[in-house]
Amino acid sequence: MSARVLVGVKRVIDYAVKIRVKPDHTGVVTDGVKHSMNPFCEIAVEEAVKLKEKKFVKEVVAVSCGPQQVQETIRTALAMGADRGIHVEVSGKDYETLGPLQVSKILAALAKKEQADLIILGKQAIDDDCNQTGQMTAALLDWPQGTFASEVNIEADMLKVVREVDGGLETIKIKLPAVVTADLRLNTPRYATLPNIMKAKKKKIANVKPADLGVDMSSRLEVLKNIEEADAGGAVQTNTEGLSSLVMEQTLRPVKSGSAPSPIQTRPM
Amino acid sequence: MTLFRQALLFTSSRLPFICGGCRTYSAQAGAVERVIPAFRTVSGDEGVSVGSAVREQHGRDESVHRCQPPDVVVFPRSVEEVSALAKICHHHQLPMIPFGTGTGLEGGVGALKGGVCFSLRKMDQVLDLHQEDFDVTVEPGVTRKGLNSYLRDTGLWFPVDPGADASLCGMAATSASGTNAVRYGTMRENVLNLEVVLADGTVLHTAGKGRRPRKTSAGYNLTNLFVGSEGTLGIITKTTLRLFGIPESMVSAVCSFPSVQSAVDSTVQVLQAGVPIARIEFLDDVMINACNRFNNLSYAVAPTLFLEFHGSSKSMEEQVSITEDITRDNGGSDFAWAEDEETRGRLWKARHDAWYAALALRPGCKAYSTDVCVPISRLPQIIVETKEDLIRNNITGPIAGHVGDGNFHCLIVLDPNDPDEVQRVHSFTERLARRALAMDGTCTGEHGIGLGKRALLREEVGPLAIEVMQGLKASLDPKNLMNPGKVL
Repeated sequence: MSARVLVGVKRVIDYAVKIRVKPDHTGVVTDGVKHSMNPFCEIAVEEAVKLKEKKFVKEVVAVSCGPQQVQETIRTALAMGADRGIHVEVSGKDYETLGPLQVSKILAALAKKEQADLIILGKQAIDDDCNQTGQMTAALLDWPQGTFASEVNIEADMLKVVREVDGGLETIKIKLPAVVTADLRLNTPRYATLPNIMKAKKKKIANVKPADLGVDMSSRLEVLKNIEEADAGGAVQTNTEGLSSLVMEQTLRPVKSGSAPSPIQTRPM
Repeated sequence: MTLFRQALLFTSSRLPFICGGCRTYSAQAGAVERVIPAFRTVSGDEGVSVGSAVREQHGRDESVHRCQPPDVVVFPRSVEEVSALAKICHHHQLPMIPFGTGTGLEGGVGALKGGVCFSLRKMDQVLDLHQEDFDVTVEPGVTRKGLNSYLRDTGLWFPVDPGADASLCGMAATSASGTNAVRYGTMRENVLNLEVVLADGTVLHTAGKGRRPRKTSAGYNLTNLFVGSEGTLGIITKTTLRLFGIPESMVSAVCSFPSVQSAVDSTVQVLQAGVPIARIEFLDDVMINACNRFNNLSYAVAPTLFLEFHGSSKSMEEQVSITEDITRDNGGSDFAWAEDEETRGRLWKARHDAWYAALALRPGCKAYSTDVCVPISRLPQIIVETKEDLIRNNITGPIAGHVGDGNFHCLIVLDPNDPDEVQRVHSFTERLARRALAMDGTCTGEHGIGLGKRALLREEVGPLAIEVMQGLKASLDPKNLMNPGKVL
């Protein structure tokens, strides 16, 4: 098969970092903070590379939108096995207001320009948790979409996608070209090996501006304020009724994205 | 040697723990209560805990030794706080026990004489990564998997893999090793520098502050004095580690053998052939049987080798083919190998789940892992004799080992409430350790001396070496406050 896959990768604050809101509440502290590829984008890149290894796909192109630093994220995708990269230069105010609407317009324009047959994205980014870019991109292109994918198989010119939904697993068949968004259990992304990182330095990254693609970058949203999550605190209950209401209250609190996962002890050997 | 003995005699008045007689416990309840306000001044209210649940949590690790909780647990946030707290403890003669992740296997964190547990988990920063120099400095709260996740964009990793997600400074303290040691070495080979807080609060940089040359011949090797000291010489607050590049390609393989001898012969020949083998793991027939039952697998129930090769993609096929030839020449069969991650995972599943498979042999029982290491050529003999011992004494003890290093573990599954069985297991482990010592080996390849192997250490290194160790201990910790009752 000679398909070309476009994979979107986003540079976000590393999942293990403790997020701090800026004192002026205009955003979170990003200076000097470790950034890396969004974990769901890693899964998307891994899936694209796997499809290439299985010979379903001929070329994997990694795309990222942002300032100069996103080139590091594209290089990581190249080290994982992508063939070339496209850096869409967005900086300054445009980068501050960059969101799913603008990115999906960019991806749609690139998909046409590069004649992509498949777009694979992470289901959401861990900084904004929007979960919109994949769906918007598909709508703009009028392509079918397989979101929250935990399994993807190519059958002739169709894609069989198993989706993780609230009720369980839903299997759908969609025609190519299509948009797929990767969920957690789609695969386990490979670590970029050192030799591959060295080889990736020779792969090409093209530079493009949104204007070249005819994309309007203006935002319809204005961020008013960012505030810290209220102190969690602890509570001790000694009777069982109080305990069950406490458990309900604690489990129903929304989980903040970007919070560090708790360490898991594994058995020694 | 006489000069040294004279020096020892001079200091022996400050070594109450070897001078016979009874040793008064230094942790009095009153002393602890008096210092808690001082601790709070240093580490804040939330940095000091006397809650019984917290203390019990910090009084046990993953060994079979019973929980020995400290009197108080402190949570310092920086080396300055560790030093200040240590000065207070030193002044009031309180024992200090460093605590990383509590994943040790020899009871190293038990507070035998009460005292203060220094839980270092709040110091969790990865500092100073130097990619081109292949080194990184980490604080005690950084675990092995945490560091490798941090490094994932760089193509570098820290390969020492003891199984548990342990604190790297804790791994330095116990001189940890793992399945990868045959290729990448143990902590002894991979720690470049340490920052240690001594019993009196002094902050020591074992190789000089900030220094990280890949090799040095400058002065006494203080870094490796502290590696493996199990918290008895000081509290490690930073370790500088040697990193490696993640290999381009990894291939896993499995092969069964008609006998332990043929498996070990294959191992030696693979090493001699210069194949860059990264892991060679041995599972005996009892273990394979347990794994088959636990995971519904169908490996041949025979001594089995699990192998992993690291290297460039081009060289993989050649390495596998050389190894396959060697195993065949030694009577091996069912050689299977895989390069992609999923199939590799399936091939190695038996080895990964060995601990749980062993436990599943006797539900409701606890597991205890022995840990001896002998020169590779003696491995067949010691494994055969050990298996005979297990059968004779009716002990459930499947065997898994890092055969490339001559190190193996019996995963003994026992009922802790059966005193006769406990006694039999205890005698068995002593016999096993002595068997290893008789074969020029060691009573502990990876887990450390901790609480239970102090007598064996004496047999292993001899009374003179013990005296030297005690002299060093006395010089660094004359009041015996650092993790008393361990190692020596």
